[in-house]
Amino acid sequence: MNNIAYLVPLFPLLGFLINGLFRKSLSKGTIGIIGCGTILLSFIVSLILFFDVKANGGVVVNYFNFIDVASFQIPFAFQIDQLSVIFLLIITGIGFLIHLYSTSYMHDESSEHFGRYFAYLNLFVFSMLLLIMGANYVIMFIGWEGVGLCSYLLIGYWFKNINYTNAAKKAFVMNRIGDLGFLLAVFWLLSKLGTANYVDVFEQASTGLSSTDVTAITLLLFVGAMGKSAQIPLYTWLPDAMAGPTPVSALIHAATMVTAGIYMIARSNVLYSLSPLTQDVVAVIGLATAILSATIALFQNDIKKVLAYSTVSQLGFMFLALGVGAYTTGVFHVMTHAFFKALMFLGAGSVIHAMGGEQDITKMGGLVKKLPITAWTFVIGVLAISGFPFTSGFVSKDEILLAVLAHSPVLFWFAVFAAILTAAYMFRLMMLVFFGGFRGTHEQEHHLHESPSAMTIPLIILGVLSLIGGFVQLPHVFGGEDFFNQFLAPIVPAVTHEGAEAATLEYYLLGGTIVILVIVYVVTKKLFAVDRFDGVYTGFKKVLADKWYIDELYNAVIVNPLDKLAGFLKNVVEKSGIDGIVNGVGKFVNYASRQLRLLQSGQVGNYILFMVLSIAVLFLVFWNQEIIVQFLQKIF
Amino acid sequence: MIALFLILLPLIGGLATFFAKSNSGAKNISLFVSLLTLLLVIAGISGIFGSSLNFYDSAWITPLGARFTIGLDGMSKMLCLLTAISFPVVFGVVYNNKYPQPASFFGLMLLLQTGLMGVFMATDCLLFYFFWELALIPAYFLCSIWGGDKRIKVTFKFFIYTFIGSLLMLVGILYIYFKTPDHSFALTSFYKIKLSAAEENFAFLLFFIAFAIKMPVFPFHTWQPDTYEQAPTPVTMILSGVMVKMGLFAVLRWLVPVFPAASTHFSHIIILLSVIGMVYASLIAIRQDDLKRLIAYSSIAHIGLMCAAIFSAQQIGIEGVMIQMFNHGINVIGLWIVAEVIETQLGTRKLSELGGLASKAPALAIILVVMALANIALPLTNAFVGEFMMFNGLFRYNVWMAAVAGISIILAAVYTLNMIQKIFYGETTVVTDGAIDLAMGTKIILVVLVVLVLALGIYPQPILQLTSDTVAAVFSKFHS
Repeated sequence: MNNIAYLVPLFPLLGFLINGLFRKSLSKGTIGIIGCGTILLSFIVSLILFFDVKANGGVVVNYFNFIDVASFQIPFAFQIDQLSVIFLLIITGIGFLIHLYSTSYMHDESSEHFGRYFAYLNLFVFSMLLLIMGANYVIMFIGWEGVGLCSYLLIGYWFKNINYTNAAKKAFVMNRIGDLGFLLAVFWLLSKLGTANYVDVFEQASTGLSSTDVTAITLLLFVGAMGKSAQIPLYTWLPDAMAGPTPVSALIHAATMVTAGIYMIARSNVLYSLSPLTQDVVAVIGLATAILSATIALFQNDIKKVLAYSTVSQLGFMFLALGVGAYTTGVFHVMTHAFFKALMFLGAGSVIHAMGGEQDITKMGGLVKKLPITAWTFVIGVLAISGFPFTSGFVSKDEILLAVLAHSPVLFWFAVFAAILTAAYMFRLMMLVFFGGFRGTHEQEHHLHESPSAMTIPLIILGVLSLIGGFVQLPHVFGGEDFFNQFLAPIVPAVTHEGAEAATLEYYLLGGTIVILVIVYVVTKKLFAVDRFDGVYTGFKKVLADKWYIDELYNAVIVNPLDKLAGFLKNVVEKSGIDGIVNGVGKFVNYASRQLRLLQSGQVGNYILFMVLSIAVLFLVFWNQEIIVQFLQKIF
Repeated sequence: MIALFLILLPLIGGLATFFAKSNSGAKNISLFVSLLTLLLVIAGISGIFGSSLNFYDSAWITPLGARFTIGLDGMSKMLCLLTAISFPVVFGVVYNNKYPQPASFFGLMLLLQTGLMGVFMATDCLLFYFFWELALIPAYFLCSIWGGDKRIKVTFKFFIYTFIGSLLMLVGILYIYFKTPDHSFALTSFYKIKLSAAEENFAFLLFFIAFAIKMPVFPFHTWQPDTYEQAPTPVTMILSGVMVKMGLFAVLRWLVPVFPAASTHFSHIIILLSVIGMVYASLIAIRQDDLKRLIAYSSIAHIGLMCAAIFSAQQIGIEGVMIQMFNHGINVIGLWIVAEVIETQLGTRKLSELGGLASKAPALAIILVVMALANIALPLTNAFVGEFMMFNGLFRYNVWMAAVAGISIILAAVYTLNMIQKIFYGETTVVTDGAIDLAMGTKIILVVLVVLVLALGIYPQPILQLTSDTVAAVFSKFHS
């Protein structure tokens, strides 16, 4: 069955080509069918591959040699195994729902731009599939930069707005910083092992690489992950990326692309496990990101910004899991997060749609009455991300917390703190948007309506998944089968929590979660399910609302000095310095020749003097050539 | 004989063009001749007439022992192909432009092609020098007669600068000539010379400065942005697409194999200069408001990487240089065509005056974006393969050099995306309000280039295979 693997990325590629090239002549209906249909086909093929891998295990399929020179080969090959099929299902499955949702959400666009939108979206899925399916780091890098490009194109989709295109540029450049790290890691691998194929690299890692090599390679790869998956210090592009259409935020900047870093580390788990130092770095950075962005999310008034910082925070949780060695748990949280975060972004899109483009939550409120499906599915999302017992988020987050506790109690309590913050900002958002009284204009209130079924059906499906998606990995103590970890075991060694102690901890976590959520519910209901809310903050709250001034800091410390340096190089060093010297030499020759001209005085005596001197010099030269050679040796 | 015809065809065509009576006559002759040359190069590469035809040897200046020896090895084939593609592309793009004295303009262009072909094929050093100068002289006249407002001053500097380099090289050639056992200018004789370290270093520098100016390597680059800006755009296309490859080519053919010890000796300082130049030129490109100068500085950064990769003396790096020489030519010509289209249509190339073109000229926007992505070496565009391999070579030479040079990858994204944003995004301006999309002819040419960009980006094997023999030869010399 693996001979059909190439079909998975091929369908979206065809969709991209058809919609891209013929966007002017196709109707919106056709464009939508091609855009969604190709992803659905990919999903079906992915399902077939999933069952095949489940029965027969993973395989590497070689197509051709991408680079084939005397010094090394980079095959264009796909690796279809347990880890990649999980991601294939997430990408094509959720991708399909979001494509479907987009046909309705983007319906006001002209047919040409509608076609451009779906072409970009299909190209994104294609690149993302390359990233996941590639059997070596070079193919992964092709997808890695490809999704960055699509992200750039889709953030700046409304290209007439300069702020949006600035956000797009920022995303691309910050990703490129990470990409440089990724590239250097690949060079390092290639120079030490002569191969970038996963199978060969992992096989030779323990013998062919010194511990310095492994640490350097894993750290550099992690720099790549910081860019792509928005971790400290390269996370500031993701909140700005909300300039793109909301379905794009759901697909690229929540469910799939930003999890590429987690995939990469889970894929490289053999290398990471060889470097405890890197693992600690990953865990600490992940946890710090989780807390920092959660504090920012507490005081944001833009519905998409809250979700964006929440995504950054949840990605931090995933890295925390990877850092403490619970790779399967990190991947599992990718999946559950994809369900509930895509759900909430699409829900936010439905709200924005109903509010006529309004994104300010201080102007919303009480929407549950007019948008019941959107509201109740959103509530499910909020419960899931907050870890409400037996939702998908409860299972994955508890597993992360237990893994962290086993690793370090200090990190555990910080992680609990981040989890409490998560519940707090999410309940705040939910209360402000869906409960209390409506705070917008009368005109907005008049136009409030539930979204069409192309938008609500994906919401309902994702809502169900957010509720029950965790059951594939329910803890033993609650009667679970550990299916997810068992499935991934051939690729990623699972950390299991067995025995009475683990069971006790599970019950503690269950109880603690319920207590915390009740408190959060009561407090946020009182504070935010209100008729009037100005959303203006002062003091320390303002620092958080203004995102700790990190963007301002980067501008002051990096962007502006670099710009000044560039200006200095252009206007001073280049013009007066280097070119000045070149022109100066020219002027000097001019000047010298004007002076030398005076030597031609017409007086025979002078000429004879010069002649004699010249002969003397020549004589000296021919008499002993060694002098010149020695002179030259001194110079060089 | 194919090799000889590759020189004779543009030469005779060029001379014929001088006598063309009309504007369209000159254009048609030159376009026809350049297409014929392209066919001939393809025939030579495919070897359908037998590979022995790819070499030609006859007596030339017998008393000196200089012979008219030309031949096509992998690198020559690749660069002749690039030259042969570039000229019809350029002629096609400017087909509707009006130039004063068209007969002379197109005649000189073909003479320029003659010189380039000769440089890339000569295996006799005096002959190489002869063609080297033959390429410079038409370029000089083309710039100084048909260039921009400041052309006289700028072209004079260009000429003096490169001419000084040429003279140093001539001294070097004669110096080596007298050292050869059989007093010959043949490449094979040059390989046999035995020099002391000091002598070799001295001769190396004479050659290297000439090539460094041509490439150009920091800090010998200041003639280039001025010249690219002032030269008529078709000439700029050839200068940056093909002519800068003369410097890189010469390093690989006449410098490294002849002076391997000196090449290793000086490699550290050359790589350092190249890497500084990459970051330096990229930073300056960020602040350029003139589209042509932006492309010029971007090109300096790219050439810097190629130079660094050669001297890092790693096989993978040199393999990367080969494919990148070809791809850089294609990409930079594509960028110049877009610059030309914008300038002829809107009368400006100042980024600050442009904007909003994406809604007015979507086809142009898409093509520029593809070219720009190739310029920043995005995977699956042609430039990625070369840059990936060259950085690999540089990394094996020194980790930190690769890391510092890597900064230019980030900076390239900054200035390239700035360029796209300022030209295409936002609202239209007074200047761009009346803009229209690409004419059909230009569109076809650009689509051909885009196809080349993607095809070689997905399957770079043809160029890699074509040049593998030269790489092996150069690499073995480096480590002999």
